Amino acid sequence: MIFAKKIFITLLMIFGLNLSTASADESAELVVEGQPILTRTKAPSHMENIDEVRSGWTFRIKETQALQMDDFENPGMIFVDKGIDLWNKVEGSKNKSCASCHGDASEFKGLRTVMPKWNASAGALWSMEDHVNNCRTEQMGAEPLKWGKAPMDSIVALIGLQSRGMTMNVKIDGDVEPMWELGKELFYTRVGQLDMSCANCHEDNYGVMIRADHLSQGQINGFPTYRLKNAKLNSIHARFKGCMKNIRATPYKVGGDEFRALELYVASRGNGLSAETPSVRN
Amino acid sequence: MNKLKFLFSFLFIIFYSGASFSEVAPSDVVADEYGAVTASLTGVAGDPTNGRKVFMNRKQGNCLACHVNSEMSEQTFHGAVGPVLDGVADRWTAAELRGMLVNSKKVFEGTIMPAFYKDSGYNRTLKKFVGKTILKAQQVEDVLAYLQTLKE
Ligand code: HEC
Ligand code: HEC
Ligand code: HEC
Repeated sequence: MIFAKKIFITLLMIFGLNLSTASADESAELVVEGQPILTRTKAPSHMENIDEVRSGWTFRIKETQALQMDDFENPGMIFVDKGIDLWNKVEGSKNKSCASCHGDASEFKGLRTVMPKWNASAGALWSMEDHVNNCRTEQMGAEPLKWGKAPMDSIVALIGLQSRGMTMNVKIDGDVEPMWELGKELFYTRVGQLDMSCANCHEDNYGVMIRADHLSQGQINGFPTYRLKNAKLNSIHARFKGCMKNIRATPYKVGGDEFRALELYVASRGNGLSAETPSVRN
Repeated sequence: MNKLKFLFSFLFIIFYSGASFSEVAPSDVVADEYGAVTASLTGVAGDPTNGRKVFMNRKQGNCLACHVNSEMSEQTFHGAVGPVLDGVADRWTAAELRGMLVNSKKVFEGTIMPAFYKDSGYNRTLKKFVGKTILKAQQVEDVLAYLQTLKE
């Protein structure tokens, strides 16, 4: 079954891409397992140059869109299953699993929609990965997981899935405001030998083809996202890193302050959309 | 074997120094107030056949990423970020086109189009591209020669 799925995905990569925008369905509605997901909505008031925010799903071709509409077809769900295994796995010097203290992952329903958020005890902006690692080291006496690797991405996806269909609503004022401002500045700063900012592609040119890619708004409401390109879950920071390398810029550190700030700012550009974790993209 | 190596490095030095003597360095390019560059960067006439290759190569010009070009309709995927380049030689002079290739920002303020012959003034460039231009001087002249064949 999994094998058949792999072949299907490979075929989709080979032929699907050639279908190009001809079969992109920009007006389709996303319903997953009977639950409607909001993929277009009025832009949050802090956005000056865009009236409507749109999920990356609306820019993908029909075949890719379809994969996200059915959990049985969504290859990201295989990783969520791995996340469940990890959730229940006893590890570390204190002989505990996540389940020992948090019971079922559904305890975290809604958490994804407010991430990243301020952590008062650390006095810092925290991504989901920070919470996972803090519990591993402090509560379990276990090794931290590496950002951007399958175990971490799987558990982050499992927690994110609990909020699927709920409205993204990260806080941008108060303690996090300086980080939000930094993220905004980074979004509009040109970098790399190609000398482009995130905004050059994801604000000025969304909806336009850049060679074989249909540019989206670069939203992160669906992360971690399963990409057909590398057949695995991709974290938010890994995606930022990839976009920076494409324009020949030195990426900021995965898990570092700049990417955390950018994560907050980009997340806030999606306030009002539904959380879609785990989404499927090409 | 060693002799051969010696001969090659000798030829390379001659070739290389020859090229760099006649080439205009990126920081020495003279552009007018509209960004146009009249003088050739190399003094060697551009080769439109090679220019066509540089134009489509994803690691070099990658111009198709952003432009539709009907003369290359055999290539799949033409981007639409910039204008269609059909007939571009009817619209712009050689000096204007050279200026766009060297540094499009001097021609179109705030454009997304990269500067292809500029080696400094960037922010956080990946190490292996630091101090380098996207295209070499002769590649710019070659692409220019190719663009000049695009007439309606
Ligand atoms: C020994 C008990 C314990 C274990 C085991 C544990 N946690 Fe926690 N976790 C807590 C406590 C207590 C908090 C709240 C205080 C804090 O943030 O440290 C928390 C907070 C969290 C939060 C943030 C919740 C929020 O609303 O801000 C996440 C996410 C989380 N844990 C995930 C995990 C995961 C994933 C694991 C397994 C890798 C895990 N935890 C293991 C006790 C535990
Ligand atoms: C040269 C254009 C370009 C630039 C500049 C660029 N990206 Fe992207 N980005 C892309 C392309 C192409 C894709 C894949 C198609 C799409 O979703 O737009 C993509 C995808 C993404 C995605 C995934 C969207 C989804 O729905 O899964 C995110 C997030 C993203 N980019 C963020 C950024 C950020 C943040 C920056 C600035 C650091 C940036 N990008 C700079 C071209 C660019
Ligand atoms: C990242 C996208 C991008 C890339 C790559 C790019 N361009 Fe452009 N180009 C543009 C845009 C956008 C414009 C329109 C100018 C503006 O920004 O207002 C433009 C304008 C032009 C024009 C003027 C066209 C006209 O009719 O007015 C020419 C000629 C041109 N580009 C040639 C090239 C060549 C040759 C290459 C490759 C060496 C290239 N471009 C690569 C985006 C791009």
